[in-house]
Amino acid sequence: MAAQTLTIGKALNLGLRKAMEDDAKVVLMGEDIGKLGGVFRITDGLQKDFGDDRVVDTPLAEAGILGTAVGLAMRGYRPVCEIQFDGFVFPAYNQIVTQVAKIHARSQGKLPMPIVIRIPFGGGIGAVEHHSESPEAYFAHTAGLKVVAVSNPVDAYWGIQQAITHPDPIVFFEPKRRYWEKAEVDPDATPGPLFASRVVRGGDDVTVLAYGPMVKTALQAAEAAEDEGRSLEVIDLRTLSPLDLDPVFESVRRTGRCVVVHEAPLTLGLGAEIAARVTETCFHSLEAPVLRVGGYDTPYPPSKLEEEYLPDLDRVLDAVDRSMGF
Amino acid sequence: MTALRSATEVVDPVPGAGAPHLPQQPDLVQLLTPEGERVEHPDYSIDIGDDDLRGLYRDLALVRRWDVEATALQRQGELGIWASLLGQEGAQVGAGRAMQPDDMAFPTYREHGVAWTRGVDPLDVISLFRGVDNGGWDPVATGFNLYTVVIGAQCLHGTGYAMGIQRDGAENAVLAFLGDGATSQGEVNEAMIWAASFSAPVVFFCQNNQYAISVPLERQSRVPLYQRAAGFGFPGVRVDGNDVLAVLAVTRAALAAAREGQGPTFIEAFTYRMGAHTTSDDPTRYRLASELEEWKLRDPIARLKAYLSRSGIADHAFFDSVEAEADELAVRIRTGTTEMPDPPPTSMFDHVYAEQTPHLAQQRDEFVAYHASFEGGEH
Repeated sequence: MAAQTLTIGKALNLGLRKAMEDDAKVVLMGEDIGKLGGVFRITDGLQKDFGDDRVVDTPLAEAGILGTAVGLAMRGYRPVCEIQFDGFVFPAYNQIVTQVAKIHARSQGKLPMPIVIRIPFGGGIGAVEHHSESPEAYFAHTAGLKVVAVSNPVDAYWGIQQAITHPDPIVFFEPKRRYWEKAEVDPDATPGPLFASRVVRGGDDVTVLAYGPMVKTALQAAEAAEDEGRSLEVIDLRTLSPLDLDPVFESVRRTGRCVVVHEAPLTLGLGAEIAARVTETCFHSLEAPVLRVGGYDTPYPPSKLEEEYLPDLDRVLDAVDRSMGF
Repeated sequence: MTALRSATEVVDPVPGAGAPHLPQQPDLVQLLTPEGERVEHPDYSIDIGDDDLRGLYRDLALVRRWDVEATALQRQGELGIWASLLGQEGAQVGAGRAMQPDDMAFPTYREHGVAWTRGVDPLDVISLFRGVDNGGWDPVATGFNLYTVVIGAQCLHGTGYAMGIQRDGAENAVLAFLGDGATSQGEVNEAMIWAASFSAPVVFFCQNNQYAISVPLERQSRVPLYQRAAGFGFPGVRVDGNDVLAVLAVTRAALAAAREGQGPTFIEAFTYRMGAHTTSDDPTRYRLASELEEWKLRDPIARLKAYLSRSGIADHAFFDSVEAEADELAVRIRTGTTEMPDPPPTSMFDHVYAEQTPHLAQQRDEFVAYHASFEGGEH
């Protein structure tokens, strides 16, 4: 297959297709993922080509999706579960935290849990309650799970395949408002590792960390900052558990300043953990405290207010200003 | 006496017992009365030889001895806790012996009798309650999943596993265990919806032991539990859970139907938890001693022993030999427990992931270094 320009959504679709072709044990499960192709069409056409035993339109119950995925995994299958929207993962939270995350340890390694839990996350689509949330910290806090967030079509295409072949359970966050962002994807390329952060723009003055939908926002901020003569280094964290912070430490030792950006509420979010680790490791290099830009500690607001809630270019630049002001 | 009348007589709810409001139970399947009399049932018969009958008695007696020994070990401080199966041996041995080697069981945390039938070493169960591990047996090799402590969660696992059996084109079945309290869990209801929708080869085996810790059945259900199955669209059967023969017959039939592609069955094994919920529980706070006395008359082991004796299938020498074997088992369990080593401290880091993360490897190293810092010191 030649290189082609793909949206994140289409890249995920092709990545899923490739994973299903490569391994007959891969089974997709979720609500409306069959004939409809999912509410975001990520599984479009897959049931037609792979059959309804491998692309399973499940009953409408998220705990059931994850609980039966556990049993399928025990039987040697590789379930890929679609949670329709971020806010609907909570009925499955019990199965994810008490079972999916713990069965490998409980069984002393005898029962691997190669389950991928795909969650479209984040706001900015003008939706009603429970359709715009960023629940990643709940999962990153849980031992036994791994958590990744993709930000672009290339990572979407390779990341979903890497997640499916990985032996541990992975919560795979997809930036739903960026599903239609495009980039060139070369299926013949050699992908980088899944659990690695990546510098996506070099800079000298402030290190800006982001993941998922906020990577684009951070890059936009870096462009705007350049006009003001400030050089931001932007790192796409990509993996939230485990965190890959060595490139961050290297960067912060150069810049002395660090801003973490996420849509999730600030308190006990990923930014808090990152601030602690950067401070522990780079204390003598820091010129300013690690600053965080995030959603407020409110429920995700009605959509007429979401532009106020979500971090944007200006709020990132404001944090950069405050960091530079120390 | 007809089978039906006999069944009805036996299970008339005892005053004060778990479900006093329940009506007469003409649907209860029974093949052996509490007095040890073999009776027939129109829908279920049992084809079993004398050796197997004696084998069932041996199972029941050894499982009870294991349970009694474990309770004693807990009282002596050797176990953190023990969940006794006292009174439920008939339900568990009957269900376990109905399985074929390639079938898969999904237990709660009280299925020691089923574990026994699957060849699980009692010490590998004891180790969980001693705090050494979360169960030391191999779930794949034994066809007996690890214990699941979150109530009802395993019913979904069993259903998913059964969906895997379907996809493999295999002819095995799953036996998913649950208690009366678990029937109130959403996940259990979801499992039954899934099983019905996909016609999965899974049998739900509910031991209705009348109490969810302290809460009696009528708080969980206003209808007999086996009747719930109709709402999901598959058969429900109530069996005398203290009658190992009836449990064996009913479970065999349900598993066979599942293997043949007829989908799930819900079995309600009507029984009684004669002991406490666990060694931390005090049942005198919520139930009458007279209730326990009534249920002692329906003991699953006594009735089989009466039948085997009366029918001449087993003699004193046999019962003595089982007793001697039970004594040996008790000694082995006691010795094995008290001599069981603690796990190495670093083992908590070992299997969190199939592919260890650098972060956790670093935490493990720091833990080792921290402990090493005390070596030879005054700490």
